[in-house]
Amino acid sequence: MRYEMSMDREFLLPASRGFILASFIAAVLLAWLPWHGVALVLRPDFVGLMLLYWCTHKPHRVGIGIGWMLGIFVDVADASLFGQHALAYTVLAFGGLVLNRRVQMFSLLEQSVHVFVLLLASYAVYALVHWQVLGYVEWSYFLGSLTSALLWAPLTLLIQTLRRPRRNPNEL
Amino acid sequence: MEDTRTLRFFNRGPSAVARLVFFSVLSLLLLFVDARYQYLESTRQVISIIIYPFQRLTALPGEVWNGVTSFVALQSHLVAENEQLHLQHDADSAQLKQMETVLSENAQLRALLEVKQRAEYTVQAAQIVYLERDIFKRKLFVDAGEQNGVQAGRAVVDNNGVVGQVTRTYPYLSEVTLVTDKDNVVPVQVVRTGLRAAVFGSGNISELDLRYQPVDVDIQVGDELVTSGMDGTYPPALPVARVIRVERDPAYPFARIACVPLAGVDRHRTLLIVSEVPTLPPRPAAGDVQGAQRPKKSNRKGGP
Repeated sequence: MRYEMSMDREFLLPASRGFILASFIAAVLLAWLPWHGVALVLRPDFVGLMLLYWCTHKPHRVGIGIGWMLGIFVDVADASLFGQHALAYTVLAFGGLVLNRRVQMFSLLEQSVHVFVLLLASYAVYALVHWQVLGYVEWSYFLGSLTSALLWAPLTLLIQTLRRPRRNPNEL
Repeated sequence: MEDTRTLRFFNRGPSAVARLVFFSVLSLLLLFVDARYQYLESTRQVISIIIYPFQRLTALPGEVWNGVTSFVALQSHLVAENEQLHLQHDADSAQLKQMETVLSENAQLRALLEVKQRAEYTVQAAQIVYLERDIFKRKLFVDAGEQNGVQAGRAVVDNNGVVGQVTRTYPYLSEVTLVTDKDNVVPVQVVRTGLRAAVFGSGNISELDLRYQPVDVDIQVGDELVTSGMDGTYPPALPVARVIRVERDPAYPFARIACVPLAGVDRHRTLLIVSEVPTLPPRPAAGDVQGAQRPKKSNRKGGP
């Protein structure tokens, strides 16, 4: 645990606007790959996960407004109702903002559990809207929140690695 | 050290809770408007143009993979395929000859009966860009849109039968709702008996329900269902499904009949959009129909 805490506290490059944008585009592209069948059921919510990462690590830069806008784009691409993903991501971003101080005190494993609960809430919001409008819910949909939570640790490590300052090779 | 511990809600615009409430209400408003009215379609189209390049980009790996695999396909495989296609072609042309005679005979009979010409329709090929991305829905997107003359409501078929219906068009894409989408209805006719009925999507990719048929209805396992063309959306006589299970439980008013769709959505990359179905004369208003004739009702009940 001490190791993870020290890792979390290490010096990272400030996340530029371009880097955040690129990370979101990458997440969106991953989500739009032609998933189908079992892979679709298990598909993690890449966009939600990325949003949660930035909400917990850079809460000033990425917040509820950006989450909502992302949700609108995903709504159009997924042909879901306008505002369905937007509402889910609003809730997710809020959860990320509220928990941002707490989440960073934990190890990656403990973070994953927190993230799982947040994701579950956002999935529930989405399913609730779907149930209200269309009158049924497919329970296997919630499996996605589990796979998303499992991806939290790898995603965090990946982004931390990308944000670590490049060492000058001429340095000692 | 990372600067994340100085989050001051109240110094940076409205608080998080206020923003949560604001954006939630905004979302709910959008949801309400979108679910009830059609005002947002133009907004959707504008955003779809922005994201269209990204959507094509995500389809690229699959296309490249297909291109590479077809490029390196073995000679022997090609020869075998060619041979098979030749055989198929011979069989088809024989059948086509037969069909021609039947067609002319049919035309003659129809002329004798003075029945209006059946639907002659043209089709337009479209590639599947991607399959459904929401497990709640049975939808897919094809790369022909408004610019290619596709309109919402057109039927979509493949070489085996009906795949679904265009439900929304974008400038370069169209959204196709599959026949297996939950509660999607296709008016059909049983080939063997001529019985008219309606199949409903079950939400399950490989099953359709034939609902509202009495327990003693004359339907057997293996019966083929084709479109009846009653609604003016689907052209008549396109294969839709085959009956795989009939449960007749007298405890229920209706028989439970399960069918399997004949068209293979997951087997092809190319679908055909039916470009034109002749419009039916407008349906008379409910007040005009006299009590003596109610054709609609007898159709739904499907009595033999």
